[in-house]
Amino acid sequence: MKNIIIIGATSAMAKEVAKLYAIDKANLYLIARDISKLDTIKQDLIVRGASTVYTAEFDANQFDSHETLIEQAFQTLEQVDVLLIAHGSLPNQERCQTDCSKAIEEINTNGISVISLLTHAATKMEQQQSGNITVITSVAGDRGRQSNYVYGAAKGMVSIFLQGLTQRLSKSGVHVLDIKPGFVDTPMTAEFDKGALWAKPEKVAEIIKKRISKKNSFSYTPAFWFAIMTIIKFVPKAIFNKISL
Amino acid sequence: MKKLTSWGKYPLINANIIIPTTRQHLAGLELTGIGRGLGRSYGDSALSEQVIVSENLNHFISFDEENGLLRCEAGVSLDNILTVFVPKGWFLSVTPGTKFVTIGGAIASDVHGKNHHLEGSFSDHVTSLTLVISDKEITCSRNNNPELFHATCGGMGLTGIITEATFKLKPIKSAYINQKIVKAKNLNTALELFEQYKDVTYSVAWIDCLSTGSNLGRSLLMLGEHADKGKLKTHKDGLLNMPCDMPSFLLNKYTIQAFNSAYYNKQLKEEVNSTIHYDPFFYPLDGINNWNRMYGGNGFTQYQFVIPKEAGKEGLTEILEAIAESKQGSFLAVLKVFGKGNQNLLSFPMEGYTLALDFKLNDKLFSLLDHLDIIVRKYDGRLYLSKDVRISEEMFKASYPQWEAFQTLRTEYGADELYHSLQSKRIGL
Repeated sequence: MKNIIIIGATSAMAKEVAKLYAIDKANLYLIARDISKLDTIKQDLIVRGASTVYTAEFDANQFDSHETLIEQAFQTLEQVDVLLIAHGSLPNQERCQTDCSKAIEEINTNGISVISLLTHAATKMEQQQSGNITVITSVAGDRGRQSNYVYGAAKGMVSIFLQGLTQRLSKSGVHVLDIKPGFVDTPMTAEFDKGALWAKPEKVAEIIKKRISKKNSFSYTPAFWFAIMTIIKFVPKAIFNKISL
Repeated sequence: MKKLTSWGKYPLINANIIIPTTRQHLAGLELTGIGRGLGRSYGDSALSEQVIVSENLNHFISFDEENGLLRCEAGVSLDNILTVFVPKGWFLSVTPGTKFVTIGGAIASDVHGKNHHLEGSFSDHVTSLTLVISDKEITCSRNNNPELFHATCGGMGLTGIITEATFKLKPIKSAYINQKIVKAKNLNTALELFEQYKDVTYSVAWIDCLSTGSNLGRSLLMLGEHADKGKLKTHKDGLLNMPCDMPSFLLNKYTIQAFNSAYYNKQLKEEVNSTIHYDPFFYPLDGINNWNRMYGGNGFTQYQFVIPKEAGKEGLTEILEAIAESKQGSFLAVLKVFGKGNQNLLSFPMEGYTLALDFKLNDKLFSLLDHLDIIVRKYDGRLYLSKDVRISEEMFKASYPQWEAFQTLRTEYGADELYHSLQSKRIGL
């Protein structure tokens, strides 16, 4: 029976991951901003087969609460097999360009808060000498683009942080996984018209669970985003600056 | 505003789409329009200038293993339920021919299945449901607000937005079905076979509706019982996909005739027994994603009627003759015997025979269907609202005698001012 902590557990992808572990009768520790939504999810996961579901409320931007939050989760579960960090927000880029406080807030939510949580959790995992840390970042972190570079900068920061963390924790047998989804059909992207590149959160969740169990560290989800992002990363700046991505 | 249509792909309208995030959120919004799940009703019963989509109301709430009682939100689909509960040894008490239906939709349409003659329709297994009318949440059952319960089950979403329900699942030992397919050389034989096998849990007949004369109504009768042996293995996602609309001309009287003939003759023996997984037995078309594209860009409609048992042979013969004569063949024609109907005011099933026919939409079709309406009315039958896109107010009111009680109740709760679909406006509700 696995013990799983999920931060940002009300997000569509995280919910689907939790469902997969619930079928395996896991013990789940769910953390999110909206406790009433968490209660609904908790009931759902118990019906699906989860052994125990704990819930805790948190505000990503209350950095000083993170240590206690992580401490309590590790204490409750004793041994943590998987820690998934999935919270985030999709900012309005135009607003971030004119309102600096908004831009900072978004960087805090999508970047700094994740780094803060990871810092506390990494020590715990290191002490355990086992387990997995998975963070959902984004393909947007690979190259800054005019349409969402504030979000991209925060996600890119986390990805670089994870590279270092992976190297550090590999020595203690902790597996670190950076998941970079492309377009995912979730409530966060409800306003977008969906084309062939869009994936369902159920699909993304299956990939995440598989990569965790196989200790795979490939980031792009689904995998075809590797090809797309390779091209995007290598488009020469002179051309890149002329296109509207 | 977004373009919106339903499974028959006709009509295509502009609609304001609202997706409440939670049940509590839904009640606070005081929404008007019509509730919508996965949009698998064929016509315009889930189309309105504003639709309230249950996409996020997809959580299980509780499960009582003693009695098989599942409580869940209205946006949970039959597909979701099978995925979670088949491995635990439970199955849906009643299922329609697709698993891509939400619980809210199954209740609003009071869907029926291959076991109607023995086990009734979906809502016969519902013990309680909650709906939101404006900002009020009302829970109803056979004992608690029974009038509202019987209006909501089969009420096409016109009494309010269903947010959750409790219903019974049935225990199974295996995910497999013992199937028997029997050939019937004409309608008479088919009806006799239904009588002979009336104690079998699941039964349905596929009819070749282009055959005429002594072959009129030749069919394959498919019977099934849950098997005792075999793993409790759930279904897989559909592997095939219809990538785009097929050219409309591909479905014509010749291709349909050829298909029907080949399908009828695929089985040479009079009777074939086999054990198959529940997925192809109950949901043969779910394996092909977007199969509605087969009918081309203009879309299609399903004409499903029921006529009382005593009118049976005569009525079905008259209708099959009218279709064969029109040469507007139906690709899919399915015949089923219904047991007794229930107390729900607008539920479709009544004791008798029901035939469902898919037709590609074209200029000549509606006049054929108007002609069929006259025959159905002559035999005191009625049409299934979840499949309909065209019946007149007169036809509806003549064949659903409890419509007035339904409308009075809607007025009493104020639902008549709030909830409507293109269909409800057309049929005078």
